[in-house]
Amino acid sequence: MLQFLIRRSIQGIPILFGVSIITFALVHLMPGGIVDSLVPPGAPPGLREEIERIYGLDRPLWEQYLLWLRQVLQGNFGISLVTGRPIAEELVAALLNSFKITLAAAVVGFSLGIAFGVLAALHSGRWPDKLFSLFSIAGVSVPPFWFAILLVTVFAFQLNWLPAQGMGPEGIPTSWTQWRHMILPIATLSMIPMGVVGRVVRAATLEVLSQEFVTALSAKGLQMDAIRRHVARNAAPTILAVMGLQFGHLIGGSILVETVFNWPGTGKLLNLAIFSGDIPVIQATVLLLSVIFVILNLGVDTAQALIDPRMRR
Amino acid sequence: MKARPWLLLILCAVVASAIAGAIGRLDATPATPKPRVLRIAMNTSDLPTTTGAPSQGLEGLRFAGYPVFEPLVMWDLRVTDRIPGVIPWLAESWTVDAADRNRWTFRLRRGVTFHDGSPFDADAVIWNLHRYFDTSAPQWDAAGGAWARSRAPILKSWEKIDDHTVVISTSTPTSYFPEVLTTVLFVSPARWRELKGDWQAFAQRPAGTGAFRIDEVNRTAITMSRNPAYWNRARAAKVDGVKLYAMGEPTTRVAALRSGEVDWVENPPADALPFLRKAGYQIATSPMPHVWAYFLRSRPGGPFHDLRVRQAMNYAIDREGIVTLLNGAARPAQGFWEPEDRRFGQPTNRYAYDPARSRALLKAAGYPADKLVPVRVLTTPVASGQMLSLPMNELLQQSAAKAGFKLEFMVVEGNQMNAMSRNDSPKMGDIDIYNKGYNTGESTYLYYWMYPPNIANYFDKASKELLDEYRVTFDPVERDAILLRLHERFVDDAPMAWVVHDVNPRAFAPNVRGYTPARSWYTDLTTIYLTD
Repeated sequence: MLQFLIRRSIQGIPILFGVSIITFALVHLMPGGIVDSLVPPGAPPGLREEIERIYGLDRPLWEQYLLWLRQVLQGNFGISLVTGRPIAEELVAALLNSFKITLAAAVVGFSLGIAFGVLAALHSGRWPDKLFSLFSIAGVSVPPFWFAILLVTVFAFQLNWLPAQGMGPEGIPTSWTQWRHMILPIATLSMIPMGVVGRVVRAATLEVLSQEFVTALSAKGLQMDAIRRHVARNAAPTILAVMGLQFGHLIGGSILVETVFNWPGTGKLLNLAIFSGDIPVIQATVLLLSVIFVILNLGVDTAQALIDPRMRR
Repeated sequence: MKARPWLLLILCAVVASAIAGAIGRLDATPATPKPRVLRIAMNTSDLPTTTGAPSQGLEGLRFAGYPVFEPLVMWDLRVTDRIPGVIPWLAESWTVDAADRNRWTFRLRRGVTFHDGSPFDADAVIWNLHRYFDTSAPQWDAAGGAWARSRAPILKSWEKIDDHTVVISTSTPTSYFPEVLTTVLFVSPARWRELKGDWQAFAQRPAGTGAFRIDEVNRTAITMSRNPAYWNRARAAKVDGVKLYAMGEPTTRVAALRSGEVDWVENPPADALPFLRKAGYQIATSPMPHVWAYFLRSRPGGPFHDLRVRQAMNYAIDREGIVTLLNGAARPAQGFWEPEDRRFGQPTNRYAYDPARSRALLKAAGYPADKLVPVRVLTTPVASGQMLSLPMNELLQQSAAKAGFKLEFMVVEGNQMNAMSRNDSPKMGDIDIYNKGYNTGESTYLYYWMYPPNIANYFDKASKELLDEYRVTFDPVERDAILLRLHERFVDDAPMAWVVHDVNPRAFAPNVRGYTPARSWYTDLTTIYLTD
C-alpha cells in the first residue's frame, strides 16, 4: 500500500509541472494583459513599453517562466500586479473562504445525492424512483447562477431572511452572522453534486443489484442488511471517484456562484485575475487548484485501493 | 428493514420548516440603532487598492481615491450645471512660467495635515513624486508608478523651492497639465516610514489628507470614517462613515439594495430602473462627460475612407431607440460634447436617425442601392464606460440595416480589445468600426483618442493643427474657442459616429439625501447625509 502511495504521489509531479507550463503558455497566448488595462489604445508611443518594463514583462517568455518557477520552488508566489499584495496571502485567504462553502456544499450535496440515489435504486420503476430521479436531473440541469438569483429573490427580497450577497465577518464560521451569509451559496453549490452523485449512485446500485452474486447471496439466505453492505462495497469505488471529481469542481469551478453572491473565494480570485491580466495570480491559482485536484485524486485512489485490493496493482 | 421514502420526505419537510421558523425568529429580533454609515455598492469586480493609487479604473478613483487621498488641484464636484473645471486644492494657486511653458509653480496650502497628523508640505510632495516617477527611489511603488505614469506621461521632473512651493515640469508645453495632475494623489511619507517602508502594510493603514480616513480594509469591504481634522471645513463630510463594497454583478448590486444591505448602488441595470422607482428607491442621473461611439476607421480601401460614408453612418444610428432601450439612462449624442455645451459650436451636420439620407449619401459614394454596405465592428461587452454594449449594438444593427449598412460584430474581452487595438496590430486589419465608450471630460483622453496616429486612422491637417494649438494655448477663453472650432470640424468630418452620452444612473435608498449630481465621472461624498 505504501509503495502504491509513493508511486501515485511521484506521478503527480510531472502533472503539476505540465499544468504550470500549459497555463503559462495559454495566458501569454491570450491577447490582453495588465498593461492593456492601464494604457489606453491611443496613448503616446513608448508608454506601453515603459509600463511593461516596470512589471518585468519586457523579458523573454522563457526567462519570465523560469523566474516564476524559481520563486514558486522557494515557496514564494510573488506579488499581484494589480493589487500589489503578496499572492500567497491572497490565495490562502481565498481558498479558506471557498472551503467554507464548498465543504458544507459537498456534505449536503453528497448526502442528499446518496440518499436520493439509493432510494431511487431500491424502488426502481416506482414513484420514489421517479421523484428522486427528478431531483437529481434538476440538480444537474438547473443553471447554478439562475438558481442563485431565484434563491436571492425569494429569501433576500421577498422574505428578507438572508443576505443577498457578501461573506460577513471573516474567520471560521461559528456565529449565526457568519452562517446566514453561507446558506444561499451552499444551497446553490450543493445542487450539482447532489444531482450528479444521485444519478451515479442510482446507476451503480442498480448495476450491482443486477449481478449474479447478489442473487447467490440472497439464495444462501443472507439478511437484507448484509446483502446491502455487499452491494454498497461493490458500488463504492465508482461513487468515490465521482465524489472526488465533484469536490474538485466545487473548489475550482464555483466562479459563477461566487460572482453572484460576491463571495471572495478562489473562483472569484481567478475570474478577477483573468479579466485584469494578472498573470502571477492566474498561475498561482491554477497551480494550487491543480495540487488540490491531484491530492483529491490520490485520496480517492487510496480509498478505492483500500476497498478493492485489485486496484493497488 | 423496509425503506419508507415518504417518512424521509416528511422528516425533510419538518426540518426545513423548523429551520425557516428559526431564521424568521432570529430576524425578528429588534435591530440595534443604525449608525450613520453610508454603504456603497461599487460597480467594480474587486475592492480598489488603498495606497493612494487606486485600481479599478475611474470608479476606484471616485470612491477609494478622492475621498481619502487628494491631489494638488481638483475637479470642482459641487458644480452641477456644466462640466466641472479644475480648482485649487492642496495647492492654493499655480502659475506657468511665461518664459518656459514646461515649468509650473504650485504654492501649497498651509495647515494641511495627513490623517496621521504629519504635515503636508513640499517635502511630502517631492517624496510622493519620487514614489510614482523615480524607479530608483526607496519608496518606489511599481503598481502606483504604473498607474501614475499611464495618467501623467508628460510629467518629467520636480523641485522644491521652499517648504510651501514646488515646481513641476512637463516634457512638452501642455496647457491642460492641471487636469493631468488631478490624478496624482498624495499620501503620508510619515505613515510609510512608520510602517517600515512596506506598501502592503500601508494599504492596511493608509493616511491621506481627505475628508475620510480609512479605518479598515479587509477582503469584503473598505471602511472609512469622517476625518474630524479635515482642512476644508466647507467641504467636511456629513455622514459618520462610508463602507465600500465591490459588486461587479449588476443583479447582485440591486439585490443588495433591495435587501437593505447597501444604501447606494452604482449603475443599476436599465431594466431594473422602473421597479426600483416603483419600490420607492431614488434614481439619480447626471449627464457625465462620456460618449459611447463608433470610431470609423478610415483605412485605405475601407468604406469609411470616404467622408460621405462616415456621415451616412451617423445618419444610420437610431439614438432615440437606444435611449428607450436604456429606460432613459442616456442622452442622444451628436458629437463629443452635448449640444448645450459652450464648446459644441455650430457644425453644419446635426445628426439624427435618417435612413433615407444615409442611403442617399451611400449612393453618392458609389454604393449600389440594392445592397447593404458590410462593415465589421470590434466591441466588448464589459469595460469601463461600455454601458450595455451588446443589446445596444444589436439595436444599432437593426437600425443601420434600414439605412444601408450591414453590421457584423467581433466581440472580445475588454483587455483583449485594448491589446488588439494598437495601431500596429494586424488583427485590426479588417475592422471598420471600433466601439468604445470613453471619458470626454479630460483633455488627456481627447489626445489619446484623436491625435494622430489614432485608433480611427483619422488624419486631418486642420484638426491636428488645432490640437497642437490647444496644447500650447494657456488662456482659458482662447482654449475654449479652439475646442469649439475643433469640435465643429470633428462633427462635420465625422471620424466617429457618436451614439449616446451616459447619464450615470445611481440608485439610493429612500433615506439618502444631499447627492450632488456633478457632470463628472467622480462624485462628492461629503454632501451626503442619511435621514432616519
